[in-house]
Formats: sequence, C-alpha cells, structure tokens
Amino acid sequence: MIFKRPAPPRRAGRALSVREKYLPTLISVGTVLIVILVIRSVVISSSQWPRIKNQFFNLDVIIEVFPKVLHGFGINMAVWIIALVVIAVWALVLAIFRSLNGPWFAPLKVFSIVYIDLLRGLPSLLLVLLFGFGMPALQIPGLPKSSIFWGALAMISSYSAYAAEVYRSGIESVHTGQQLAAKALGLSQVQTLFYCILPQAVRNVFPSLLNLAVALQKDVALLSVLGVRDAVREAQIYTARTFNYSSLIAAAALFLVATIPLARLTDYITKKDRERRLQGAS
Amino acid sequence: MYKIEIEHLTKYYGDNLVLDNVDLKVANHEVVCLIGSSGSGKSTLLRCVNDLVSFNEGSIKLDGVSIHDPEFNMKDLYKRIGIVFQAYNLFPHMSVIDNITLAPKKVHRREKEESEAHGKELLSLFGLDGFADSYPEQLSGGQQQRVAIVRAMANKPDILLLDEVTAALDPELIGDVLSVIKDLRNQGMTMLIVTHEMGFAKDVADRVCFLDGGKILEEAPPKDLFSKPENLRTKQFLQRIIESGRL
Repeated sequence: MIFKRPAPPRRAGRALSVREKYLPTLISVGTVLIVILVIRSVVISSSQWPRIKNQFFNLDVIIEVFPKVLHGFGINMAVWIIALVVIAVWALVLAIFRSLNGPWFAPLKVFSIVYIDLLRGLPSLLLVLLFGFGMPALQIPGLPKSSIFWGALAMISSYSAYAAEVYRSGIESVHTGQQLAAKALGLSQVQTLFYCILPQAVRNVFPSLLNLAVALQKDVALLSVLGVRDAVREAQIYTARTFNYSSLIAAAALFLVATIPLARLTDYITKKDRERRLQGAS
Repeated sequence: MYKIEIEHLTKYYGDNLVLDNVDLKVANHEVVCLIGSSGSGKSTLLRCVNDLVSFNEGSIKLDGVSIHDPEFNMKDLYKRIGIVFQAYNLFPHMSVIDNITLAPKKVHRREKEESEAHGKELLSLFGLDGFADSYPEQLSGGQQQRVAIVRAMANKPDILLLDEVTAALDPELIGDVLSVIKDLRNQGMTMLIVTHEMGFAKDVADRVCFLDGGKILEEAPPKDLFSKPENLRTKQFLQRIIESGRL
C-alpha cells in the first residue's frame, strides 16, 4: 500500500518574478523622464529662454523677496484657517435653518434660502470689494476698519453659502427611514437632527467640504485687492518696482506647497469614503 | 376596554384613498396580524397608530383615550408604542448599545447607567450577548432586526407594531426573529403585526385581518380564516399564497 503524501496547499497564484514586479514601474518612470527631458531641452534651447528665465525664474530675485512673500503667505494661511472654522459652523447653521419644517421655523428657513441664493449668485471678488472698501467707508463708530477683517468676512459669507448647500445635500442623502425611526422613538425634530441625521450627513459630505476648503485656500488671495499685504500683494509690490515677475512665482510655489497635499488628502479621504459606502451597500 | 381602538379611519395620499373607513379593536395582550397584498394599506394602518403618518378622518384611542385628545401626551404615545421596520432603520453611526439607549436617555431622561444596564439585559434576553459595542453594519440582518426589536423594547412599551420585520431577511435568518416575537407574545405583549409569513401568522396570531383596497374585508381567528375564508377576495389571496408554496 502506498500512502500518498498530501499535496502541498496550492497558492492562489504563482509568485511574481522580480522582473514582472518592477518592470512596469521602471517603464513608467523612464517614459515620463524622457518626455520631461525632451520638453526641457526644447524650452532651454529656444532663443527666448534666457529672457523668460530672467523674468520668471530669477533665483536671486526669489531669494531676495522670499522672506516678505512668506510673511504675506502666513497672513493668507491665518485668514484661511479662521475662515474655515467660521464657515464650517455658520454654513451648518444655515443648512439646519433650511432643513427645519414647521410654521414656527419659517422665518429661519426663508432667511437661509434668501442668503444662499444671494451670496452664491455674486462673484467673491465683488463681495470682497464691497465689504472691504464699502464698510470702512461708512465710518460707523464701533465697526472695525481693518481690511483683513472685512475681506475675511466677505470670503466667509460667500463660501458659507456654498458649504451650506453641501451640508444640505448631505442632510437630504440620509434615508427617510432614519427620521421615521427617530420619531417613533419619541425624539423631537431638533434631537432627530442632532443625534441621528447630522452625524451621518456630515460624514457623507466630508470629501465635498474638503474640496471647498482647497478652493478657499487659493481664494483668500483675493484679499490682496484690498491692500492686505498677503503673499500675492507682497509679490506684486516687488513686481511693480522691478518689472521682474519671479516674486509671483515665489508666491505661486508657496500656494502649491499648501494646496497640493490638501488636495491629495481630499482624494484619499474621498476614496476611503467610497469604499466605506460600497461595503455598506453589499 | 380595548388597548387600541381604531374607528372609521380614513386616509388619502393625494387623491388616492389608502384607508377606507377602517375599524379595528385590539384587546390587551392580544396579537393581531394584518395580511394582504402590497398596497392594501396594512403598513399605513400600522403607522397611523403611532402617529408616523397622519390620517384624514376617524380616531385612534389608546386605553380609551383618543391620541388627539388635548389631555393626551404625545411623548407618552412614543413611549407606550414601539415599532420595528422592515429595513431595521438602525442608526448606522451608533453602536448597538447607543442605538438602544438613545431614546431612554434623551427622551425619557433616564440615567445612562440605568438605561445601559437595561439595554444589556434585553440584549442577552434576545440572544445578543456581547454585541453591545458592535456597529449595525457588523451584524447579520437577523441580528440587526433583533437589535431593532430591543431598541423598541427599551422604551418599555406595552404595544409593539411590527412592519414586515422578516421581509428583508435571508430565509435561514427569519426563524430567529420569529421565535423572538413568539417569546414576546408569551410574555403578554400586545402586538399589531403586518406580515407576509402566513405560517407565522397562523402560529402567533389571536386574530388575522385581511386587508384589501384600504378595507378590512375579513377578520377571524387564524384557524378559521386560513381554513375556511368567507370572503371571495380572501380566498383568492390565500389561493395565490398556497400556489406559491408559502402556506
């Protein structure tokens, strides 16, 4: 009698050889590098390149202007962060107003609808000019005169209208069964909203809110039109004096350093969110 | 005195008549099953009882007091009547124990420790020991539905409304939920049950009502209604059920 040895457990697939593992990556990196090198050599060999380089990418200028632009960029980021916090809260309040039903809440609901319609329909730049120059010009005692304050308020007003609509779509995306269940348990309309609906709504729209945050991160530069010495303004001041635009490139680089990681983070969270939903659906 | 007394209940959705002058009385500790094809008004009737949908005419009395009586405390209504839905409707962002204790804590202002102890006691009673800190999506459909029953029970209701609670479950999970409902019946819970499980209705009901076109066409103890239905529509309905092998 011959006892057969049990067969070794079968692997789900055969192991990839080193070549198969790394070749695709190598090819991708190689082709991208080649394309970059070709473009670079074409650009650099063109007759106008030295002028372009001097106007936009002058390293001496960038180094000279960098401390001021960086300081200005600090103002951009400070305004951005404060605005983010205020918008997150104010837009939620607007969305809640809009979602309330019942005759007693009608004034809040109407206010919210009018606010969102008006503020979403106006260019942010117009609001910044209107608030930033208009309000201080009123010379009402007790009202702040700071351009940063009024500029930030304009951005907050404008972006809150968008964010409120995002929140509202989140509230509407929560299944009506949740509301029924909460009501049947005896929860009031406000309790239902806070304990049952909003936590789900905010989770559902978090990626969209982050997208707005990325957009706002760049748009705070609109405050430069008010004379606020942010990164863009500082760069412009230098440009006006020397007719060299490398200072704007320095500011551009700073904005990219801030926005690209946040955009990547948004992509990542969006992807996770989609996976979570697909899992929930199965 | 009846536990639930529904009189002349009429309900329109737009121009559509969904409940047509319905009368139904449910005694204390009685279990009444509502059967009928989709769109016959069973679920709407159930939801009128605990004010989830409003109705146009008629009245609903609990222990002899109309729920529209100014004396009647609506908070009391939600406390005294629990409902379980076909799709469970658990709150997905809350753990099982938070789902169960939400209403006791926030609506009835019971202490956190007290309501959690009561919740855990109910969980173990319904065979859900150790699931208190799980989230609904981590549970099977049958477990989720039992959690939903526990959530309804946590308010200590004396009436339970069950709205097609097994319709969304895989066949092998239905048994668990149905045996839980039988236990509740044996403990004397007054129940109004919408169901498509005729075998279960036969087993658990004191009385079965057949609804069609927003009317109760026939009501009788299950052994009578299922063996010798009097109304022609009831006969046709049961015939179709038997043909599809579900009775």
